[in-house]
Amino acid sequence: MEFLNVALPKGRLGEKVYAMFEKAGFECPSIKENNRKLIFENEERMVRYFWVKPSDVAIYVERGAADIGVAGKDILLEYEPDIYELLDLNIGKCRMAVAAPKGFKDNKKKTLKVATKFSNIAKDYYTKMGRDIDIIHLNGSIEIAPILGLSDVIVDIVETGTTLKENNLEVIETIVPISARFIANKTSFKFKGEQIEKLVNELSNQIEVEND
Amino acid sequence: MYIDDSVLNNDEKIIFNLRSIYSNAGYSQFKMSKFEEYDMYVANKDFLISDNIITFTDTNGKLMALKPDVTLSIIKGFKEKEGFVQKLYYNENVYRISKGTNAFKEIMQVGLECIGDIKEEDIAQVLLLAAKSLKSISKKAVLDISNVSLIAEVLDKVDSSIKTEILKCIGEKNTFELQKVCKENNVDENTASLLKSLVSLYGKPSKVIPQLKELFTSDNAKQAIAQFESIALLFEKENLGDMLNIDFSVVNTIKYYNGIVFKGFIESVPNGVLSGGQYDKLLQKLGKKAKAIGFAVYLDQLEDIDVIGGNN
Repeated sequence: MEFLNVALPKGRLGEKVYAMFEKAGFECPSIKENNRKLIFENEERMVRYFWVKPSDVAIYVERGAADIGVAGKDILLEYEPDIYELLDLNIGKCRMAVAAPKGFKDNKKKTLKVATKFSNIAKDYYTKMGRDIDIIHLNGSIEIAPILGLSDVIVDIVETGTTLKENNLEVIETIVPISARFIANKTSFKFKGEQIEKLVNELSNQIEVEND
Repeated sequence: MYIDDSVLNNDEKIIFNLRSIYSNAGYSQFKMSKFEEYDMYVANKDFLISDNIITFTDTNGKLMALKPDVTLSIIKGFKEKEGFVQKLYYNENVYRISKGTNAFKEIMQVGLECIGDIKEEDIAQVLLLAAKSLKSISKKAVLDISNVSLIAEVLDKVDSSIKTEILKCIGEKNTFELQKVCKENNVDENTASLLKSLVSLYGKPSKVIPQLKELFTSDNAKQAIAQFESIALLFEKENLGDMLNIDFSVVNTIKYYNGIVFKGFIESVPNGVLSGGQYDKLLQKLGKKAKAIGFAVYLDQLEDIDVIGGNN
């Protein structure tokens, strides 16, 4: 059997995901040691974990550097990787939404200026509605754009809405609900199918128990 | 002439291996022009993987394109005759957009097309050649087969506005999203469960075929399943049984493909390296009654792998 390479998203979500994988019988104790290592292996379980930037997980998996990984649906919608999306892990839940300053009225006579990190999602959404938009791609602190008059609205992930509220913004439309997804490289699924399927089954049992 | 094969790159070795496999199987080489009239691609743009085509104006003012695809160029010139089957292979560059850089890229393709009054044996031979092509590249290879007419039959029962979305779910093996789409659009339970089984049923033919027989009972489905059975049998006979999988996540454009479709994978290459299927519908659209099946091997990803060499 060969090592199963797992790309985990750095941060709180990744830790939750690892806990699920551990419970599914794919534990790797060394990952909990407090050091600066990047890659963690457990030869007993033939599993190898590594932490990567959450938005990069899909790339690692699509290109086969990782066999499997966990990525937010937002990243999958934005980047559209050629992978299998095998499970909704039901964690890291939030939504992709359009937000604007309180009391905002869309002037349909004008091009709508949209600031976002998710250009593809925003473009798709407004194309479907037939609305002419100008996309302003930003890499962070999106909320500040409408306040400074850089954009009319923003398209971004909304978890609790606190940041929006504190900046006098509100959600005007939900585009799509987001959660963490278990993804697999297509080739890996052919050649390491047994290991991946075992993990998928264990994880889906965990998800069902939680939902009950 | 003696050629020292140590000077050959991996992809070049693969090309020579494949060419000898196809020519030993009775296929003859088809050499085509680098350019085609742009009109042909516009008329059949759904058949192409991407809409992006490099165009330029010819010396006499005609709008031309650098080939994004070889199949169209081959079938365009096909003359129908009863009982006639044309077997061709090619080794050509195509020009497509590469996802990462969003710029045009030259991709070397080797492939074959079998066009005309083709019978089950011809289809079986094409599948075997696909399998042998993969084996000549790597010992660890898998050929996934699917049947679009079986998928299309179930899809016919859902509203056309969600077909693309459902196909995408099947292609991603995304059971969760599939169920959600079905529920939101009031797809009846029977259809929804059939769609779900198309996602969850995959693997060795011996495991999948009995379950397919229980679930799909129409004449059309029976035909598709019988074809799976005879192909599985043939692969067993040729000692290639290990590499054959039934997997409906191979979803090529339903508009042009009609029967069997397939995709080949080899270990250490992250994406499929071979893709093909039966595309009678494309010929129909071009006003021809003939049937056709073919596949292409994408060589752009194969530079790094170790070729096992030989075609025996």
